[in-house]
Amino acid sequence: MNAQIRDKAPAWLFLLALLGIWQLIVGQGWVAAYLLPAPSDIYATTVELWPEIWSATQSTLSSIVWGLAASFAIGVTLAIGFFAVPILRRAVLPFCVFFQTVPIIAIAPLLVIWFGFGETTVKASAFIVSLFPILANTLTGLEETDPLLREMFQLYKPSKWKMISKLQIPSAIPYILTGLRISVGLATIGAIVGEFIAGGGLGSLIDSARTQQRVDLVFSGVMASSVLALLLVLSIDLISRLLLRRRPYTRSA
Amino acid sequence: MKDLVKRFPNQDRDVIRAISFGIVPRECVSLLGPSGCGKTTLLRLLMGIERPTSGTLAIDPSLIGHLSYVFQEPRLVPWRTSLENVLLPLELSGKAVDGSSAEVEELLTLLGLGERLGNFPRELSGGMQMRVALARALITKPKVLLLDEPFAALDERTRFRLQDLLLDLRARLDLQYVFVTHSISEAVYLGDRVFLMDKSGQINTDQPIAFPKRDQLLKVTPEFNDQVSAFARRFTALEGGA
Repeated sequence: MNAQIRDKAPAWLFLLALLGIWQLIVGQGWVAAYLLPAPSDIYATTVELWPEIWSATQSTLSSIVWGLAASFAIGVTLAIGFFAVPILRRAVLPFCVFFQTVPIIAIAPLLVIWFGFGETTVKASAFIVSLFPILANTLTGLEETDPLLREMFQLYKPSKWKMISKLQIPSAIPYILTGLRISVGLATIGAIVGEFIAGGGLGSLIDSARTQQRVDLVFSGVMASSVLALLLVLSIDLISRLLLRRRPYTRSA
Repeated sequence: MKDLVKRFPNQDRDVIRAISFGIVPRECVSLLGPSGCGKTTLLRLLMGIERPTSGTLAIDPSLIGHLSYVFQEPRLVPWRTSLENVLLPLELSGKAVDGSSAEVEELLTLLGLGERLGNFPRELSGGMQMRVALARALITKPKVLLLDEPFAALDERTRFRLQDLLLDLRARLDLQYVFVTHSISEAVYLGDRVFLMDKSGQINTDQPIAFPKRDQLLKVTPEFNDQVSAFARRFTALEGGA
């Protein structure tokens, strides 16, 4: 416990110092409050408009979860398909790189044309940016099984599917979890960008606060989205830990 | 086996050349040789893990499908419990899997795994891991077990215990084995005959060694030590001559 306090204390002290200096700078009028509101003002706004912020956060969270779930299902399935059928991989994988390289802000207007304003576009946007890390990580995991275990499995002449389901997929689980961890942050970005264009959630809250010159509310929205992303990463970590504690999936013995 | 040649692509010499040997029914043999002479390669060829570069590998047809292999390392699947590891061969070859059948239970008891069935490999000692690997090799009910220095990485006490376990398994399961080792005393202790392999991959077969009873006490008898020193002299001659 003491060690933990010693470990974390510097970061908290630094945060407190930062907030103190920030409060001082704005309070003394060295920086205009309409450019940089004081932490106390941001806090007051957050408390005052909490119902709006909370409902926007829930809406964004739902889009992230949907987008990420779709990425997980489609990414893992595609990776297994690519792994099992190499020709499919050579034909399709190069085009999947599109998902990694497309600037989501550039494609968002197209999503609005296809799916209209609203949640579907936001989910699609979260999905597009979060697919590739899961796909690529799963594929790496499937390919990098321990050669010693592979040789041992082959003694028993398993079918291709048995090999995939009993060796390659379990070995890939840590890689899939890493992919999810990367993707959850990207899905948050995708959802908020989607909301800028298609409306709803924290993205729209931040955007409309901007047009109303409510910098304090912009800060509240930004804060809410960072905390949301952080909590999502922490939940993926927690799920990973629980899963691996129940069954020690690793690449090799 | 006849005129067998195995050459690895990155080497300029044949690892194994022209080996032919046989094992009589019920016999267990040790395959002894200096490191790098091709003992493991020979065992892997027998099991079909490697293919011969040229020549034919002819195995008694009645043995095909009845061989089982134990690697140098336990090679357990880390996310499977002991019991799940033992049952893996049945699952992979599509046979019915019943972990609680009397037969499986008997095998597990024989190997002293009774209390460790629910543990994952990382929770087991090296000796226990090797017991699980032995059980996995035996679950398919092989006639001949091929063992590639399975006890080399274990401490001495554990190694002795597992040697005796192997002798016990042999008696109870009517098992034959080919035991590869570079330990002379282990070879003499576990083999009815000791095959000596030289650096050119030639095998010298020998007369059977008869001991009235094999247990760890045997190792302090003069008969045993005479055998060991005889092999040690030949072993040294082989290494020097190669």
